[in-house]
Amino acid sequence: MELHELTLHELHELLKKREVSSVEATKALLARIDAVEDRVKSFITVTPEEALKNAEAADQRIASGEMDMLTGIPVALKDIFLTKGILTTCASRILSNFIPPYDATATARLKERGMVLLGKLNQDEFAMGSSSETSWFGKTRNPWNLDCIPGGSSGGSAAAIAARQATATLGTDTGGSIRQPASHCGCVGLKPTYGRVSRYGVIAFASSLDQVGPITRDVTDSAIMLGAVAGYDPRDSTSVNIPVPDYRKALTGEVKGLRIGLPREYFIEGLDPEVKKAMDESIATFRSLGAEFVEMSLPHTDYAIAVYYLIATAEASSNLARYDGVRFGHRNQDARGLLDMYMVSRDEGFGAEVKRRIMLGTYALSSGYYDAYYLKAQKARTLIMQDFVTAFESVDVILTPVTPTPAFRIGEKANDPLQMYLSDIFTIPVNLAGTCGISVPAGISSGGLPIGLQLIGKHFGEETILRAAHAFEQATEWHKRKALI
Amino acid sequence: MKYQVVIGLEVHVQLLTNTKIFCGCSTRFGSEPNSQTCPVCLGLPGALPVLNKKVVEFAIRAGLATNCSITPRSTFARKNYFYPDLPKGYQISQFDLPICVGGRLDIEVDGETKPIGITRIHMEEDAGKLVHLDTMEAGEKSYVDLNRACTPLLEVVSEPDMRSADEAVAYLKKLHQIVTYLGICDGNMEEGSFRCDANVSLMPVGSDTFGTRAELKNINSFRFVKQAIEYEIERQADILDEGGKVVQETRLFDPASGATRSMRGKEEAHDYRYFPDPDLVPIVVDAEWIEAVRKALPELPDAKRTRYQDELGLPEYDAEVLAASRDIADYFDACVALYPQAKPVSNWVMGELLRALKEDNREIADCPVTPGLLTEMLKLVENGTISGKIAKTVFDEMYKTGKDPAKIVEEKGLVQVSDSGAIEKIIDEILAADPDKVADYRGGKEKLFGFFVGQIMKASKGKANPALVNEILLAKLKG
Repeated sequence: MELHELTLHELHELLKKREVSSVEATKALLARIDAVEDRVKSFITVTPEEALKNAEAADQRIASGEMDMLTGIPVALKDIFLTKGILTTCASRILSNFIPPYDATATARLKERGMVLLGKLNQDEFAMGSSSETSWFGKTRNPWNLDCIPGGSSGGSAAAIAARQATATLGTDTGGSIRQPASHCGCVGLKPTYGRVSRYGVIAFASSLDQVGPITRDVTDSAIMLGAVAGYDPRDSTSVNIPVPDYRKALTGEVKGLRIGLPREYFIEGLDPEVKKAMDESIATFRSLGAEFVEMSLPHTDYAIAVYYLIATAEASSNLARYDGVRFGHRNQDARGLLDMYMVSRDEGFGAEVKRRIMLGTYALSSGYYDAYYLKAQKARTLIMQDFVTAFESVDVILTPVTPTPAFRIGEKANDPLQMYLSDIFTIPVNLAGTCGISVPAGISSGGLPIGLQLIGKHFGEETILRAAHAFEQATEWHKRKALI
Repeated sequence: MKYQVVIGLEVHVQLLTNTKIFCGCSTRFGSEPNSQTCPVCLGLPGALPVLNKKVVEFAIRAGLATNCSITPRSTFARKNYFYPDLPKGYQISQFDLPICVGGRLDIEVDGETKPIGITRIHMEEDAGKLVHLDTMEAGEKSYVDLNRACTPLLEVVSEPDMRSADEAVAYLKKLHQIVTYLGICDGNMEEGSFRCDANVSLMPVGSDTFGTRAELKNINSFRFVKQAIEYEIERQADILDEGGKVVQETRLFDPASGATRSMRGKEEAHDYRYFPDPDLVPIVVDAEWIEAVRKALPELPDAKRTRYQDELGLPEYDAEVLAASRDIADYFDACVALYPQAKPVSNWVMGELLRALKEDNREIADCPVTPGLLTEMLKLVENGTISGKIAKTVFDEMYKTGKDPAKIVEEKGLVQVSDSGAIEKIIDEILAADPDKVADYRGGKEKLFGFFVGQIMKASKGKANPALVNEILLAKLKG
């Protein structure tokens, strides 16, 4: 097998046995990026010099015998992670010249372990979108079908894995932004519990929902990547100080007696028949492995989208106020006076979807509307969270589709925000509840597009969903299918 | 006047912590612009705030000292508005759940005590500052200095309980005294460490419905507070007298003219879109923490004043002056601990010491005469080594040189003469030199006694023991 096609753990074994050097692996990935990037456009910035420098350092570290799982592994990061000295844009014109003076905690943790940084991945602008069509730097395409979207907002992170342009990637998930593109691109995408991974140095979209997680070729890689970035960070007050388990140890292949819930609100009319079929087959697979299924309800599911688009936009409207052209980022040089500078710089700097969400959020927080919108949404959010807490009293894992349909075509929903928002209907509740969820490949549509399966766990239940996902992966071949690019 | 004045004050207290409220940068004043900044206080993308625990402790101190209850679980909120000195586009403050609520301060005006309610005390971060340059080459340019951004503040909001400018000043002075006593603020009004906004309105006497208020800003001294409020009362009274309506607005005080002028009206008021800051977790303060802070509180001015009167037997006036500032009170307390005679100590501290410091424009903390030196000197007076008069000379010398008083007495030969033979000799000479006056005295002009004492003291260069002089002189004159 080609070096660029290996999983993280496979490449690690080769590096460990010194059968391959990190420089060789890195060159293979850089060559692959060169070969397919024109068609996929996963990256905003490729950093070959940085990558080779990192690879040389990793090879020395390997030679000295101080090797971590990540040492020498070529990784790419969503352009939402701050990387010291390397352009970080969040796919926005307003940050198109921003070179951060510091690393995100997640970046720093991967660097400490000796990762090789290949570059920064495309996404929806400020992670606002489900298709990676809103980037100032152009659209990323789905490697399985270049006319289709890769999903979003971490579309670059998923496309780069599917197109074998990186061994592992990190994304962020605010309403499905890791799981949905992973599903559309046939990868494994994990959204950890809120507070599991530090948000420090990750450009904020909606602070109470944002969470960092990996997109990888298989579940084992997902466990390794999570272990590498998880853990308490004194710089993030919302990160939780509980020990990080060895997630790989959870991958026992054993799901006998595992109680899996099927929430009736997620298996509705209008679910794409091929997605439905993939779910039915997945359920049968789990049954054959000895898992038990329980019909159950998450009664407040219907409110999730509305609640999400109030809370996420409210927080975003405030989080994005710092992009004012004063200290960094895009500033219109011809503006006359302060107000003009703010308005023109922000008008030029932000795209239409970002503006839409800033306006929605500003409205939701406005005097006279706060109680009816933001406060009400917070109350409904608590009910949604309680749905999950109650559900996990009687089930270990909840199984749902990741998205109602496989990847749609580029441009298909670009002008219909509401349709676009509805594509996250199965992933959003997990963010609102703050629990964890993983997307694993579970089928291919007749059009040749991947279909994902979501396994939702309780708060800090990553080990359980990784175990279930891994057992499923062992019993199926879906993760071995490759995009033909 | 036919109007009742209603005043409420909002005071910003800059806290004396070493580091900022949400990052580890120094709070030191006067450094190179933007040298005390980091990703957090610069509001860089991805940066997150982490609360400085010391700020919470200081807030609890302030709350306990002003009879507030401490909120067991309070939260931070974002106050959203755009301004170039506000790096994040929002200020982290507290809104619906402030750290302290429902307090009270007692003020005294014209000998009467009056309670003033404190609505709330909340924690927040300060903004940076803008530096405007106007140069030939550059045209008009403004620069942003974010050293002050993220400096911790308390905002203390009073109830609208004050009814005159004097009451407002008394409240402000009282609050100033408390925060400086607590060691949480340096109290410097000129540098903005303690700043005040005043809400002023008028209503007809006897009414129970408040009139429309104006908020006065930029009043950075006690004198300006009085001036601004008095101006505002007159302005509003004039409007009402003419049948007009006061508009709700923010007005800026101009110290040069002593007047207030409109800054922005109600329509231009910001909608701050407060909402809970999702980057910070609730601040949980348990009873144990509150008790620990309470135990560590210093003795506050009211308690000190009472103790000075009741336990040390000082007159009300002395107690008032000595307890007015923590530095003076600390000095006085240190003296009394070394020399437990409160009244002589009080006389010297309030008299010579404060006079010398004032002439010198010096703080008591920098006084060359330490409590140790002052009390050593008082002991010399008590044991008769020097007279009270000579003590003044010794004090001046101590103040100049910081030398030990015994040494000064020795070097300058200032020891009191208590040798009755020597004093007798001087008295005999004085009486012999002026037999007419002696005769007058003996003839009934007893006032002349003072004259003779003066002559004797002069002849002894002030060193004669006054008690002995009195005794011997009286005996001789009666002779």
